[in-house]
Amino acid sequence: MPTEIPENSVGIVTPQVYSFDEPLKLRSGQELPAYDLMVETYGTLNEDASNAVLICHALSGDHHAAGYHSSEDKKPGWWDSAIGPGKPIDTNRFFVVALNNLGGCAGSTGPTSINPATGKPYGSDFPIFCVRDWVNSQARLADRLGIQKWAAVVGGSLGGMQALRWSIQYPERVAHCVVIASAPKLTTQNIAFNEVARQAIVKDPEFHDGYYLEKDTIPKGGLMQARMLGHITYLSDDGMALKFGRDLKSGKLNFNYDSEFEIESYLRYQGERFSGQFDANTYLLMTKALDYFDPAAAFDNNLAECLKQAQCKYMVMSFSTDWRFSPKRSEEIVNALMEADKDVSYVEIESDKGHDAFLLPIPRYMQVFDAFMNRVASNQGLI
Amino acid sequence: MRADLDIIANWIQPKQQVLDLGCGSGLLLDHLIKTKGITGYGLEIEEDAITECIRKGINVIQQDLDKGLDNFEDHSVDTIVMTQAVQAVKRPDLLLDEMLRVADEAIITFPNFGHWSCRFYLLFKGRMPMSEALPFSWYDTPNIHLCTFKDFEALCYDKGIKVVNRTVVDNELKDSWAVRLWPNMLGQVAIYHITKR
Repeated sequence: MPTEIPENSVGIVTPQVYSFDEPLKLRSGQELPAYDLMVETYGTLNEDASNAVLICHALSGDHHAAGYHSSEDKKPGWWDSAIGPGKPIDTNRFFVVALNNLGGCAGSTGPTSINPATGKPYGSDFPIFCVRDWVNSQARLADRLGIQKWAAVVGGSLGGMQALRWSIQYPERVAHCVVIASAPKLTTQNIAFNEVARQAIVKDPEFHDGYYLEKDTIPKGGLMQARMLGHITYLSDDGMALKFGRDLKSGKLNFNYDSEFEIESYLRYQGERFSGQFDANTYLLMTKALDYFDPAAAFDNNLAECLKQAQCKYMVMSFSTDWRFSPKRSEEIVNALMEADKDVSYVEIESDKGHDAFLLPIPRYMQVFDAFMNRVASNQGLI
Repeated sequence: MRADLDIIANWIQPKQQVLDLGCGSGLLLDHLIKTKGITGYGLEIEEDAITECIRKGINVIQQDLDKGLDNFEDHSVDTIVMTQAVQAVKRPDLLLDEMLRVADEAIITFPNFGHWSCRFYLLFKGRMPMSEALPFSWYDTPNIHLCTFKDFEALCYDKGIKVVNRTVVDNELKDSWAVRLWPNMLGQVAIYHITKR
């Protein structure tokens, strides 16, 4: 817990559950009969609802994007660096909506929820979600909140994919779209990483075909391995070398299989912590959604053609050492947007922090983000 | 209004799509959007200039011109503009080819190394010329390919590039009769309108 909540924090926030009874038809052909969404909001919605910003989260994110849940909270929300008074997504101006996606494990309906048909946790029976399904569920949330059009839809990584999808799927409901450290579709290598992570989970003896909760257990080892692999791919080689080098925990080689190097114990710690908090089925579902995302597929793989239907202004950002979602992938989006004659600006931020950079308060990143969000405010008549 | 912006605007048809290479803080694009209703993008590498463009709502793409314009299809924009940047790129000749591949017309401005002040500087001081248009020391200048108007025209000739229009302005970016009379000696900044012959 910070001894004192910083002035530029949204402060103590309380998530809220929104229940929906209308069934949600999914891309897979399945349907979710009814569901809950766990939502946090920051700032105040103005009278004509022209100041609403939607935050879309990445793989392991959730609705808790900014502020603290209690004064005992050790850490603020996952994107506290960008959301708050005076920050790029300035809560003095904007009404910010962040939610836990369906299939998540932080309060929205997901694999750990009780399946009304069986009275047991969904487990593997929870339907597979695609990015467009999330966007549809978010559109319903917007309806419920009285938001006809978002001033901006913003997201990094998998969140960037959702933002992009929003601009294609509901062009009349998005004024600005911010796509950070993202891609128009995953590379084969990325799908391969996801598959290794998934195999680590499903091969864990405690996985029980995904019905582990019924057996009163969790595939902790598998989830830990998946997270360790993911974690490596989110950092850069240089960044890791800088932080850990080849430092040894005990100062000497012990010639055994315990964690000897600092990086090993760091990864084990991160994996351990994550596997105690996150749901394995959710991890499978989120990585699948990443793999499936490819909006250009329905347009003969022509991304520019696909993006022609969009009406918003775009800001695309990438990070120099991000190799999981490299600047090249962002440039594909930018080039397609230019080909489609859309308003777009693009910046590659210098950083040694790899993919994780999009969560960090890198001064240049915050400056560019702030300049664009200022523009959003001005275009929306908020300043 | 800066004379060079007006001169460039006069050479651009309304509603065209324009690509501005090394767009700086977006001054020209802003002017062209307001006066000609153009659409387009600026390419820039300098961080603060990029931020300024974003703040103004000018479409700016961070891109290194030395890496070419591979991301643009042939004839995909109407006019390409490059003001005061040709002297700072590694291979201006190759970039010229790229420009006239991507657009049918290009407008280029650059400082004239044949200006009398430069000639005077080198002749009497025996040192690399520095002036208001060229305010850098030889070792830290971004301008690595300085040329005179005559040099540029010779390059255009060799490449089969047609000079449609040429205007020369002084350091304050103003037009005057004396400059027009003896451009390579008196002109400090040239504005060329070129196409493929």
